[in-house]
Amino acid sequence: MIVTDRFIARTRLQDRAFSVLGATLTVGAMLFLGILLFDLARDGLSRIDWQFLTSFPSRRPGMAGVLSAWVGSLLIMLVTAVTAIPLGIAAGVYLEEYARKNWFATAIEINITNLAGVPSIIFGLMALGLFVFRFNFGQSILAGGLTLGCLILPIVIVSTREALRTIPRGMREAAYALGATRWQVARHHLLPYSLPGIATGVIIAISRAIGETAPLITIGALTFIAFLPPAPVTLDPEFAVQPLKWVWSPFTVLPIQMFNWVSRPGDDFLRNAAATGIILIGLTLTMNAVAVVLRYRMRRRIKW
Amino acid sequence: MSTILSDNPVSGGIAGSRNGGLLPPLRSRSLLGRLAERFIESGLLLAAAFSVLITGGIVFVLVSESLPFFRHVSAREFLTDRLWTPMFADPHHGIMPLVAGTLTTTAVALLVAMPVGTLIAVWLSEFAPSRLREVLKPALELLAAVPTVVYGYFAVDFVTPALQAFIPDLPTFNMLGPGIVMGVMIIPYVSSLSEDAIRAVPMLLREGSYALGAGKFTTAMRVVYPAAFSGIASAYVLAISRAVGETMIVAIAAGQQPNLSFNPLDPAATITAFIVQVSLGDLPHGSIGYQSIFAAGVTLFVMTLGFNIIGAVMRRRYRQAY
Repeated sequence: MIVTDRFIARTRLQDRAFSVLGATLTVGAMLFLGILLFDLARDGLSRIDWQFLTSFPSRRPGMAGVLSAWVGSLLIMLVTAVTAIPLGIAAGVYLEEYARKNWFATAIEINITNLAGVPSIIFGLMALGLFVFRFNFGQSILAGGLTLGCLILPIVIVSTREALRTIPRGMREAAYALGATRWQVARHHLLPYSLPGIATGVIIAISRAIGETAPLITIGALTFIAFLPPAPVTLDPEFAVQPLKWVWSPFTVLPIQMFNWVSRPGDDFLRNAAATGIILIGLTLTMNAVAVVLRYRMRRRIKW
Repeated sequence: MSTILSDNPVSGGIAGSRNGGLLPPLRSRSLLGRLAERFIESGLLLAAAFSVLITGGIVFVLVSESLPFFRHVSAREFLTDRLWTPMFADPHHGIMPLVAGTLTTTAVALLVAMPVGTLIAVWLSEFAPSRLREVLKPALELLAAVPTVVYGYFAVDFVTPALQAFIPDLPTFNMLGPGIVMGVMIIPYVSSLSEDAIRAVPMLLREGSYALGAGKFTTAMRVVYPAAFSGIASAYVLAISRAVGETMIVAIAAGQQPNLSFNPLDPAATITAFIVQVSLGDLPHGSIGYQSIFAAGVTLFVMTLGFNIIGAVMRRRYRQAY
């Protein structure tokens, strides 16, 4: 009897101890993120102001800013989103709703899984050889946006498929029973129902692309840009409308600007880097939070 | 069914539909409609096939652009020379120093991420209340969402100085600091995937263990963990592949000198850091620097591909288990 009591006491103690250990490690990991945020804020928060957002980079750290970087990031994301989102959703719909189980579909599936595991810098090398030199896009916004588009394509495809998979079979069968064609079912039923799920995946994919540095450095994005890409419409009478001229412009982006400042000696540049880091991390964490909330609300609202 | 509809088309529930309450056609009737269906299906197929094109592009570029490099550097020199100085007047082309840097930073990262990630996964799935788990899992995943360039800044600005308090001789650039930061970054890869694998273990196994008098901890470690091991191992392998390919943290904080050293206290360049360093300079098509980053890229691609395949095989095996 005493042996059993002792055994139970020991078991309870073990369980309790592991409970504490697990909770401590989880809190510790979160604390790491907390310290990172604190460290960034301490170094860079005071640097973020109107001047910082509206100035070009400069040799004098106090006068430098991230204007060309955030404009570059925005335009790159535009190209990335315009290419990767429709392509990814279309591929996801095909693989989940159209593809029959044959070697071709299996090959595409394995390929997408593999692609998701390829390091981002390899996408940069691919883009350098293909987009920059073979297609002669140069080191342009177009080349950069397409690079990141390729990079996030697997994320968009996988999240589209997952969102479609949560729709019960009965939905499709009901629509087919009413005579709808495949595309009508996809267009009028499946896509609207899976929209929140797809949006979640797209937001996470874009937030990943915003922070991506290595592939853009690899294709030769510049680190010092003191001009903006040409505006689509100018008041200059000679070039009145040039809607797509900006895609050929050289660019820099926020993470590259930050990398450039980190590698320079001197605390003042480091403060600029921290300030850029705050902007970057603010963007990515906000987007991720939105995605989490979206997913959570979707799970609660939809009851098939 | 059809009699009900045809007898009473108005109350059949499709009165408001576009074809005015008639029986809907089984297929789009018009030729145009059928053509449109075909057209859309082909379009979607092309979109899906595009991903194969990307892979094809990667392989094509890596092979064709590194071929000139391997034309004047033998495989033997590439694999056995102990120096990597392709840009020097007296060039050496041994990939070993870069591989050593990559493996060392990866090892440090795994020493952090594997135990911590696994323990967190076990705790989340077996011990944490389910509502807490729903909050903590996405919160932990934020660690993987932080841009790596920010992690690089943190490694150089905070972690390495903090480590220097304990290891006074630690140089400003070293493999330990970035390795640790990288480890924390990949914790969610290990913990989320492992947690999925652990939760896939049938309840029956746990109940059997409880019935024999085991506690939660014993059950988790002796029954659930081994049962989920192939899934957890595939999470480890994916974490390795992620660490091998990680770029900005090591490019910023580990130094950029190729150094054949497995000591994490030393500075060293990884394969990825080398590619970044060379890309920052002017890189004319076909120059030595241009060729060398593709040779490094091939090595990196082969390494990660190997790990990804091992991981995929393991994952398939654990899916078949139950």
